[in-house]
Amino acid sequence: MTADALLDVRAVTKRFGGFTALDQVDMEVRAGERFGLIGPNGSGKTTMINCISGTLANEGGEIVFKGVKLDGKKPHQRTRLGIARSFQIPKPFRSLTVLENLGIALEFATGTSRSEVQERGMAILETIGLAERARANAGSLTQIDMRKLELARAMATQPELLISDEAMAGLSSTEVDDILDILFKLNEGGITIIMIEHIMRAVMRFSTRIVVLDAGRKIAEGNPDEIVNDPEVERAYLGE
Amino acid sequence: MKWPALKLSPFWLCAAAIAVLGIAVTIFDLFNINTFIFFAGYVVLQYVVLATAWNIMGGYMGYVNFGTAGFFAVGAYASVVLYNLFQAPLALMIPFAGVVCALLGLAMGYLTLRLRGVFFAIATLAMAIVLETLIINWEFVGGATGAYILRSREQAPFGDYIEFLFFVMLLLAIFAVSVARWLELSRTGRGFIAIRDDEIAAECAGVPTLRLKLIATTVSGFLMGVAGAPFALYVSFIEPSSAFNLIYAVNAIAMPMIGGATTWLGPVIGALLLGTVQQVATVTISSELNLLIVGIVLVFFVIVAPEGIVGLLKKWLGGRRDDR
Ligand SMILES: Nc1ncnc2c1ncn2[C@@H]1O[C@H](COP(=O)(O)OP(=O)(O)OP(=O)(O)O)[C@@H](O)[C@H]1O
Ligand SMILES: [Mg+2]
Repeated sequence: MTADALLDVRAVTKRFGGFTALDQVDMEVRAGERFGLIGPNGSGKTTMINCISGTLANEGGEIVFKGVKLDGKKPHQRTRLGIARSFQIPKPFRSLTVLENLGIALEFATGTSRSEVQERGMAILETIGLAERARANAGSLTQIDMRKLELARAMATQPELLISDEAMAGLSSTEVDDILDILFKLNEGGITIIMIEHIMRAVMRFSTRIVVLDAGRKIAEGNPDEIVNDPEVERAYLGE
Repeated sequence: MKWPALKLSPFWLCAAAIAVLGIAVTIFDLFNINTFIFFAGYVVLQYVVLATAWNIMGGYMGYVNFGTAGFFAVGAYASVVLYNLFQAPLALMIPFAGVVCALLGLAMGYLTLRLRGVFFAIATLAMAIVLETLIINWEFVGGATGAYILRSREQAPFGDYIEFLFFVMLLLAIFAVSVARWLELSRTGRGFIAIRDDEIAAECAGVPTLRLKLIATTVSGFLMGVAGAPFALYVSFIEPSSAFNLIYAVNAIAMPMIGGATTWLGPVIGALLLGTVQQVATVTISSELNLLIVGIVLVFFVIVAPEGIVGLLKKWLGGRRDDR
């Protein structure tokens, strides 16, 4: 582990019954990095995020964040340590407004007082471009806005590491650029970002380093150029 | 320097007014109310407590507890234990029953909260059945045959003992509603809603879901226990089949749903309405009808007003937020 590793995933294994979704995967994310995690459908990307955020327990290996072993830590403890994630399938709090959704994260993850929720929540919604929908019911949002809400709520936990699980799926190319801009801005503000994405143009533009998963194994690691030219990656995506 | 402003919210003003009214009608026999009204009113207020307690878990957090009768009965039998031991006064029975049921709630939380949805509901129902079996086989509290509790006929300054019990239940109802409202307005209450909407998302937003669930089961259990504490004194003769009656579980679910499960006001309205209708039906027709009434009213509300009466009122008053 290098000195500036923020997140260190060591030989993590995850099984569902007899099926191995992650097989001894190593992955190291450095502080301030823009990290891409890619792979074909079902390769284990979301499973990896679940293990990092603690919504699933990994059977083998260990995950270390800021030098703290995460084994046995509940998701909310990991959130408070500074790990935030968005969900590939949005999970808004449907009976709350957009702003109240952020309020939950602000109050519980960062201890923001009720009186400050409005101001800080609105500031985040401004950055994400969701401010006009602040008082709308979260359940009534369009798909695109729900994805933005996912990012906004993750931001509200004041993370050091933000994991974005396909925040751009189904968006138009200008909308993709919007989200990319947001993520670039957050990264400039010092937040380390792991981006999971199928839209290659976006990942390649965004990431400084990429790890490729295929069928639960890490098959490649490197900068975008190396990944594009990696024969194994090509095989994984195009099949033999 | 600012005055320590004596700002009483409308809620507390109402609560105080209701308590004063309770004193007026019980102690000073204002309006000369028939004892029977107190007899029936006690049951209605008891349902205010039960429905409010149920709603903390079921309405705010989305965990449907089918074991209300179990908590209620354990509260009642906790009082019987104290009575049999040293004829404890009601003032001791109530906190004791509350604490016993709070612990029961905590235990239930630990044992069942990894279950969700219908599995959780079934587990709570099973717990009530287990508890009933335990009580049936516990001779000290009368076992299957039941136990008599002697109560004085009068209680100064209330006059008839039933008037006294009515007043006690009125205070318990005010207490229960205050606790529910306080929770609802607190950060913890907002955490409950997050859990109800999506438990995993709540965890990832920093909500300690397990701890909040245990708070809910404990507080809810406590309130159900205090609702049951005076029961043996009220009926004078307690037996498992009446204390564990399924109607408690059914009403505790139906009343918040009818009134509106998302606010503290809903269970109050639901209990007052449905409880009163049931008491009237019990007198004029038969208590056998009560379950049928619940069923019909519930079906009606599920179809016409799924958000209960409070939901309807909000819609009519136009205070809906923008949800396009
Ligand atoms: N809870 C679960 N139980 C059983 N199998 C699961 C579970 N979650 C994921 N899997 C399986 O694990 C494999 C990896 O799934 P995962 O969701 O991590 O893929 P992914 O890389 O995120 O794919 P996508 O790009 O489609 O989102 C899949 O075969 C999936 O069916
Ligand atoms: Mg996925």
